[in-house]
Order: sequence, then C-alpha cells, then structure tokens
Amino acid sequence: MIRIFKIALRNLMRYRRRTLLTSMLITLGLLMVILFSGLAGSFKEMMIGQITDSNLAQMQIHKKGYVASIDTSPLNLTINQKCYKTLEKVLKENPDVEAYAPRIKLSAMLSNFKETTNIRLNAIDPEKEIKVCPNVSERMKFSGSQVPDILLKPGEIIIPEKLAAGMKIKIGDSVVLVANNKDGSVNGLNFTVAGIIESILGPQGKEGYMHIKDAESLLRMENPEVIEIALRIKKFDKLNYVYTELKSALAEFKNTKGKAAFEIHTWEKLSPFSNIATMIEIMTVSMKIIMIAIVLISILNVMMMSVYERVREIGTMSAIGTAPGKIMGLFLAEGLSLGLISTLAGNIIGIFGIYILNIYKIQFAFGRMDDLLLSPTISFSELVWVSAIVLMVSVFASLQPAYKASKMEPVDALGHV
Amino acid sequence: MALVQIDNVSKIYQTGEVQVKALQDVTLSIDEASFVTFVGPSGSGKTTMLNLIGCLDKPTKGKVFIGKEQVDTFDRRRRATFRGSTLGFIFQAFNLFQVLTTYENVEYPLVMIKNESVSKRKEMVLKVLESVGMLNQKDKFPDQLSGGQKQRVAVARALVTQPKLVLADEPTANLDKKSAVNVIRLMRNMRDEFNTTFIFSTHDPGVMKEAEVIHTLEDGRLV
Repeated sequence: MIRIFKIALRNLMRYRRRTLLTSMLITLGLLMVILFSGLAGSFKEMMIGQITDSNLAQMQIHKKGYVASIDTSPLNLTINQKCYKTLEKVLKENPDVEAYAPRIKLSAMLSNFKETTNIRLNAIDPEKEIKVCPNVSERMKFSGSQVPDILLKPGEIIIPEKLAAGMKIKIGDSVVLVANNKDGSVNGLNFTVAGIIESILGPQGKEGYMHIKDAESLLRMENPEVIEIALRIKKFDKLNYVYTELKSALAEFKNTKGKAAFEIHTWEKLSPFSNIATMIEIMTVSMKIIMIAIVLISILNVMMMSVYERVREIGTMSAIGTAPGKIMGLFLAEGLSLGLISTLAGNIIGIFGIYILNIYKIQFAFGRMDDLLLSPTISFSELVWVSAIVLMVSVFASLQPAYKASKMEPVDALGHV
Repeated sequence: MALVQIDNVSKIYQTGEVQVKALQDVTLSIDEASFVTFVGPSGSGKTTMLNLIGCLDKPTKGKVFIGKEQVDTFDRRRRATFRGSTLGFIFQAFNLFQVLTTYENVEYPLVMIKNESVSKRKEMVLKVLESVGMLNQKDKFPDQLSGGQKQRVAVARALVTQPKLVLADEPTANLDKKSAVNVIRLMRNMRDEFNTTFIFSTHDPGVMKEAEVIHTLEDGRLV
C-alpha cells in the first residue's frame, strides 16, 4: 500500500505544473469554504446569541393561540397562577432547563406630560429575566456607567432609545403609562425612567421594560397572571431535543374543550432571523457544492489526462502481470493523494486565514445594531467534514479514469502510439 | 521437453470490413531452456506470435499450451496472474517506469505481483542486477541511463520473478549494433544462469546468428 502511494506521488510530481495548478485550484475552493463557513457561521451564532440572550430567550411558552395573535398583544390569553405553578413543576423536572422567567406583554400609552405615544412593554421579574437573557443589560443605558444590581425596581421603566429621542425623555424623567386591561377599563400609573434600551432585530426588539408587579397593578390583575414564560436551556445544541420533550409534556394539559392548553416555540419560530439563518445555511451548502464541482472537474480532468498519457505504461504494467485491481488502485491513489495534498494545504491556509480575521476583527452593522464585531471560528468537526468531502470526491472523480486504465487490454495498450 | 506447444493456430484481425490474417495454421513446439528467435519481415506475424505465447492475446483458432496449461482458454484475470507467475517480458522501447529507479523498476514485479517480503525482494533484486551488470546504476532513473543500460534493466526486471519463459519483441531494435549484440548475449547468459527459455523476435541478421533456434515467418505462416 505504501509503495502504491509512493508511486502515485512520484507520478504526480512527474507533471509538476499541472499537479500544482490543480492542487491550487482545489486548495482555493477549500479555503473559500473554510472562510465562508467560519464567517457565516460566526455571524449566525452571534446574531442568534444577540436575539436569544438579550431579548427573545431560547424558547417561550404561551397559552395556546397567543403567537398567532401576538401583534395585538392580547390580554385574555394569560396563564393563571395555578397553571403557572403546574408549568413550573414541568420545567423544574426537566434537567436540561437552566432557567425560566415569567413575562407579561402589553401595549400602553406613554406620556411625558407634553406628548403621548404608544409603547409595547415587556414586564419582567428582573432576577429571573437576567438568568434567561443574561445579555439583556448590555443593550441598556443607565444613569451611571455601571449596570445596577437590580435591573429594574417597581416604579421604574426602561424605554426604547428611538422613543426616548423622539419624545426627548431622559433617564430620571417621570412618565405616565396608561393601559387598558382585559375587561376594557383604563388605568394609569406614574413611572421613573431608569434606563434606555437599544433596539434589536426581531418582533420584541423595540419593547420597553417594566417590573412585572407594576404590570399587574396597571392591568388591575386581581390574581397574578403571566402571558409568557421565557426559557433558557443548559446546552443550546440540544434545543430541538428539549423542545420536543417539553412539547410532549405540555401536550398533556388540555383546556375545557379538550384541546392543548399551551404552546411552546423555539426562537426560530419567533424571530424572522431564522429565515436569514436558513439562507446562510443554504449559501454555505452552495459553497460546498461549488467546491465539490471544482474538485470533481479538476481531478477528473487530471486523471483522464494521466491515463491517456500513460497508455503504454499501463500496457506494460498489465503485460508483466499487474492485476487490474492494482492498476485501478494506483490511479485511485494518485487522485486521493492529489486531494489529500490539497486538503492539507487548504486546511492550513484556511485556519491561518481564520486566525488573521480574528486579529483584524470585521466590524459591521446589521439592521439597527452597529459596531458588531465578527470573530470567525470553525469547528474541528466542520474541518473534518469538509476535508472528508474533498477526499471522497477525489476518489470518486478518479474512479472512471482508474477503471478505464484497469480495463485496458495490454496488447492494445502496448501498441498505442 | 516442450515448454511451448502451438497447435494449428490462426489469428485474424478484423478492421472494418477488411480481414488481416496475421497467423495461419501455425504449429510448432519450443523446448525448455532453449534460445529461440522468430524472424521475418515487418507484418510477417512475429509480434502476433509473441503476443499469443505471452497470453496478451487469444488465437482466432487453434490451441496454445505453456507447460501443461492451455492458456488460450484463460479469462482476462487468469491470463494476468499467469503472466505474472510464469512469464517475463522485454520490450522494444524498454518500457521502464520513468518514476522508478533501476532498483525499483526491477523490484516492481516482486512488490506488485509476487508480494515478496522486503528482505527477500532485496536479495533477489541485487542478485539479478549484479547478473546483468547494473548494480552500480541501481539508484539511477531511466532517463539517466543509455539505451543498452535500459534494456539490461528490462532484462533484469523480466528475470527477477524467475519466470519459466521470457518473451522479447524486437529487444534490440532501438539499440546500436554493439549494444544489440551485447543485450542478446546477456539474454543467452541469463538463459544459462537461470535455465529460463528465451523467445525473441528480430529482423537484424547480426542478432539472428546469436540464436540457437530460428523460426522464420512469412505472411503469417512458418516457412
């Protein structure tokens, strides 16, 4: 076997320029895939992290039908205290759930005593929310440079930056919130602006924050109710597994009509970025397909030429008794060696390229988010997978020429001019 | 005792609608350890005869025996195995592998066909290289050798597996007269040393007289 590869390598070196050009082409294809996968993958992970860790959470549980009518912020689809306790039990029993937090989502009128506008609010339990969305405070500006120990106290509100700029509201100002409860009666409360929050991509990206106790008062809830339970799991790569487990656990709870009482969604169902993430994955796959085409065509071309140029040599091998399988093996080894050399070069240059990109981080803006820094990374498994594709395609591309060589009749091949 | 037996063999090539009778009803036998040449003008059937004896081709009619084996009935794979185990080949254009050194060229059949151990291979290769006088050139590549040296390496490669029969189609055609005679004498010496049967073709009178048995072919018939 070693001898076969030794002969294969020497045959590759026999046509140095051709081997070098083909190898460079494959290396370039592999390099493009590694860099694109690294950049696109990091962009996707960063954006998902931004969305789930600072705003949306990884999963959300609602009363059945809430997400379908989310635009109207319905207040009649609430989870009462009894149901909340039951759901808490389900979540606590699941070992993959790291944290959960209750939320009330509402629309209200915000007034600075001069102007009034509508605002969507996310009423949270700050201590629990920070465990579900650990980066939520990164989007917030407070009076000091430090994030306060408690994100939000009762009587405080954090308002979106665009709204604050439009209404000239500053931190420390007093504002009034007026909201309708689910029965239609109106209530108003005074709040102090504790912070200002940057917008983020997605349906909940332009919401302000208030304390859940204040929301209960504003909405005149006699008994505590929640609209949403936000979830964080221990390992993000188990998202779909945990989702399936929780979905089947929740399916056991029925409403009075005998239908499912609750619904659970992953971030993918809640954020439009999931479509962009899918597009990124499609583009990554497209890059891989282009790379496969490059490898396939270049190795097929080289091996075809190699066979046509060495007909007499193949005839000699065959005449002196080399088995057809070994002749085939020689040419397959040649294609595989070419793929292997190119894969090694592509991986080394690709990893170096990723390293360089990490030194000179790429700064970019996405939607209303500025100053995002991209730190591309590529996993070892991704490198192994891409390398394996190149090697498999190299062998596949060599199959036809190698088969042709092994099937040559020695008497015809020796007489070839 | 006959090593090669050819019974009433004909070989016809079909090229479009034209039939070329390369060999017609040839019967002959060749003894073990003999030094035989086929002579005749171009197109007389010398190469076809060697191809049939060398299991590179099959006759249209008749039987070819090598030892006790009727080789014309062999399928492609069996013919390849038989060639590797029983026959050696020397070619007009030397046909050495350009990427292999002298040593590796001679070693090739032992690695790719015989699967001999490393130590055994080394012993066999060095012995045969010494016999053909190429031991001091063992690390050179074919393009660093003269025509006569290349053919010596080809002789060594043909003999290294200790075949019963070595076939050489015009082995001296690409050599000058002196080298040609030297190669033929080397082949005869090898026959004496290894007790191997040599069959070669030539149309060079200087080479012909070195042979012990001469078969003349004309228009595909033995004369």
